Amino acid sequence: MTVISAQNLSLTFETNDGPVHALKDVDLSVEAGDFVSFIGPSGCGKTTFLRVIADLEQPTGGSITVNGVSAQEARLNRSYGYVFQAAGLYPWRSVGRNVALPLEIIGLPRAERRERVEKALALVDLAGFGKKFPWQLSGGMQQRASIARALAFDADLLLMDEPFGALDEIVRDHLNEQLLALWARTNKTICFVTHSIPEAVYLSTKIVVMSPRPGRVTDIIQSTLPRERPLDIRESPEFLEIAHRVREGLRAGHSDD
Amino acid sequence: MTKRPGMLTRAKGAALPVLTVVAVIFMVWYAAAAILNLPWERDQAERAKVEFILTDALSNTMSQERPVLPAPHQVAQEIWKTTVQKKITSKRSLIYHGWITLSATLLGFLFGTILGLALAIGIVYNRAMDMSVMPWVIASQTIPILAIAPMIIVVLNAVGVSGLLPKAFISTYLAFFPIVVGMVKGLRSPDTLQTDLMRTYNASASQTFWKLRLPTSMPYLFASMKVAVAASLVGAIVGELPTGAVAGLGARLLAGSYYGQTIQIWSALICAAILAASLVAIVGLIGRIVERQMGFAR
Repeated sequence: MTVISAQNLSLTFETNDGPVHALKDVDLSVEAGDFVSFIGPSGCGKTTFLRVIADLEQPTGGSITVNGVSAQEARLNRSYGYVFQAAGLYPWRSVGRNVALPLEIIGLPRAERRERVEKALALVDLAGFGKKFPWQLSGGMQQRASIARALAFDADLLLMDEPFGALDEIVRDHLNEQLLALWARTNKTICFVTHSIPEAVYLSTKIVVMSPRPGRVTDIIQSTLPRERPLDIRESPEFLEIAHRVREGLRAGHSDD
Repeated sequence: MTKRPGMLTRAKGAALPVLTVVAVIFMVWYAAAAILNLPWERDQAERAKVEFILTDALSNTMSQERPVLPAPHQVAQEIWKTTVQKKITSKRSLIYHGWITLSATLLGFLFGTILGLALAIGIVYNRAMDMSVMPWVIASQTIPILAIAPMIIVVLNAVGVSGLLPKAFISTYLAFFPIVVGMVKGLRSPDTLQTDLMRTYNASASQTFWKLRLPTSMPYLFASMKVAVAASLVGAIVGELPTGAVAGLGARLLAGSYYGQTIQIWSALICAAILAASLVAIVGLIGRIVERQMGFAR
């Protein structure tokens, strides 16, 4: 089943310095259960594309459907959970109440909220931290809490915008491993923006390589790695080969300007 | 987390500088009282055709009946006499007058906070209000309150409203301004990420207000409420001036200046200052408690 389908999708920002082509003629489809990474240098429109899926930006050309309906309708149906670059937890709410926020907005009864919060916190390995306040957590834990918040209302689609970008390498490796485990357990469709080649190759079933000015797709790589991926798969020749192709794609995009 | 020093140790650390400043203020005050009150002593000696002895004259400057500048202990005695030693119901009790002013202050502060909040919400949520209201709000504060206070009293009196309410309205006039300015900023303080998050949840405007904008604006609210409560007290005192000096700290100030009772003026002034400081401190304390309850404070 196709979850996301974009055709000739374009987005031009009108700025004081003239129009900026953030996205130009992007064609892409994401199937249910895919783990799709978007990789490219800054300004290639990968975040913008994710925001278009989430109906946080409106495309100026082409069409996009999410779960078979328009992006706006999908947002109104609450079809996705969104994880931002920063954890963005509300500082006046405890971790548990942060995770409960979307559930309160949907209007779930208190008992069900509590049950779901506990489940979501357990999924990201934060069971027992519900009563803590965000400032009492490390950066990695905060980001995990924000993932729990996106998981709380159990949408089938997870949109993640460089969620681990601000974290150090060791924490990042750990979270990548956990994210894969979570994906395997929940069978969600994940769209993941990153600018790290190893991260993209390690996580994805499909890697979308993008290039800037105008933002467009230069290569789509179907990963040949098995779904079960221990961390040391990153030393395997197969892994290195995909990484090489990603790097080539990035370089090709750059030689254009 | 490092353990922070307790309230008591912090108070101890602050005691010396604070006491030093207080001591300097008293020294300057006493010196100024001596210098300002000395000409009158010289004058008296000249009229009585007695020899002018500086040391005697200097000691007299500390106990004149109507000094140009009363000495601190004269003001303290007057305050003691008119608070502790008078019945609260007495027209000469500063507590009686202070309460009259305080009640108008609190009522005006309440109105001002509500009005300020309502305007701020309107400005943040309504484009037409956003474009049109702020200039009027600012213009309202450029008019000297002394100029419009009598008119408010007269107009309200003409429609049969007198007593507490007109004074409270003058307080409101001064108090709503910092609330509007602070809360417009506060309600707009959530960043893009936080508002985008609400959008991804398809949250309604009222959900975004209650769950995001209002909590984020709490520190702004209490900061502007501190300014507003002090302004409110000024408004209440100014509002008492044109009513013919019946009751209240403003009335004490006015009566004192009618009869040249400088000691009475100064004691009313000091009481107003203490009242303002206490009100600001109370608002600050409530703010700290609320913010700690909400988890803002670390």
